[in-house]
Amino acid sequence: MREIALHLLDIAENSVTANAKNITLTVCEDLQGDQLSASVIDDGKGMSAEMAASVVDPFVTSRTTRKVGLGIPLFKTAAEACNGKLVINSEIGKGTRLDVEFQHSHIDRMPLGDLSSTMLTLFVAYPQIRWLFEYSAIPADGKMEEKFVFDTQPVMAELGDMPLTEPAVLSFIREYIEDGVTRVRDASNGSSTIQYQ
Amino acid sequence: MPAIKSLEDLKRVREEALEKRKVKTTEGAIQVTVAMGTCGIAAGARDTMKAILDHIESNNVSGVIVTQTGCIGKCDYEPIVSVSVGAEPKVVYGRINPERARKIMQEHVVDGKVLTDWIVPA
Repeated sequence: MREIALHLLDIAENSVTANAKNITLTVCEDLQGDQLSASVIDDGKGMSAEMAASVVDPFVTSRTTRKVGLGIPLFKTAAEACNGKLVINSEIGKGTRLDVEFQHSHIDRMPLGDLSSTMLTLFVAYPQIRWLFEYSAIPADGKMEEKFVFDTQPVMAELGDMPLTEPAVLSFIREYIEDGVTRVRDASNGSSTIQYQ
Repeated sequence: MPAIKSLEDLKRVREEALEKRKVKTTEGAIQVTVAMGTCGIAAGARDTMKAILDHIESNNVSGVIVTQTGCIGKCDYEPIVSVSVGAEPKVVYGRINPERARKIMQEHVVDGKVLTDWIVPA
């Protein structure tokens, strides 16, 4: 996969499959600490400690369609190649938390990618789940942290039985997410982009 | 630069959409499903999904539900998109890039004509 945002989409799908009702997805671009971190936290059915330790092995999966699961191993390898790590904490009946870190400036770090598409895709496809999306940036120059938080619960409460795929509703949600993500991204780019004369 | 959106705006958007829906006749529910296992995502399923949503927005297609599913075991055909219209049998399309997705949206979902080229053999 070419983007961190695609990996996060993939990991969030695991949370959906684990019957989570609440899923939190966070991304932080910390330019002061030179770190890009992300997490996916769910209240799904969870895994035993043995299973949580072994899902990083491609030949361990809970799926039944095939005997290999590549999502987590690929993400872990990508993180470790960039002085980072991937950690899974899980408890049966409580949920699972996945944390991943990359050295932000590492030459091999894949781009964050299209985070707003990942958020929109997850929300539209699984509106019955309460999503909490958080994207923040800590600029290198010590300016204030910029943060976009999107809790889908108030939106669903307002919409009632109106589907998210009604064109006007879809436009509203898409623009809302894109505005928020762009605002944070601009804050993180402003101080890290090399200025060519 | 768009103004910051609020829940008040959403309320208005909802009411307007509700009005539009009343005008529409009640056709059979249309469901479009994009497979989004690791295999689907790696093959470009998110871009396919985005193209479907873009088509809904730009052509003002009302009454379509878009959802996702996991890996269905036909990874070499990803991205896979299936369309079910009312009681008609579900049609499963394979190797659907954004361009093909837009064609499916226009011809199958909007015009009601099943496309034969990309159907995944059962």
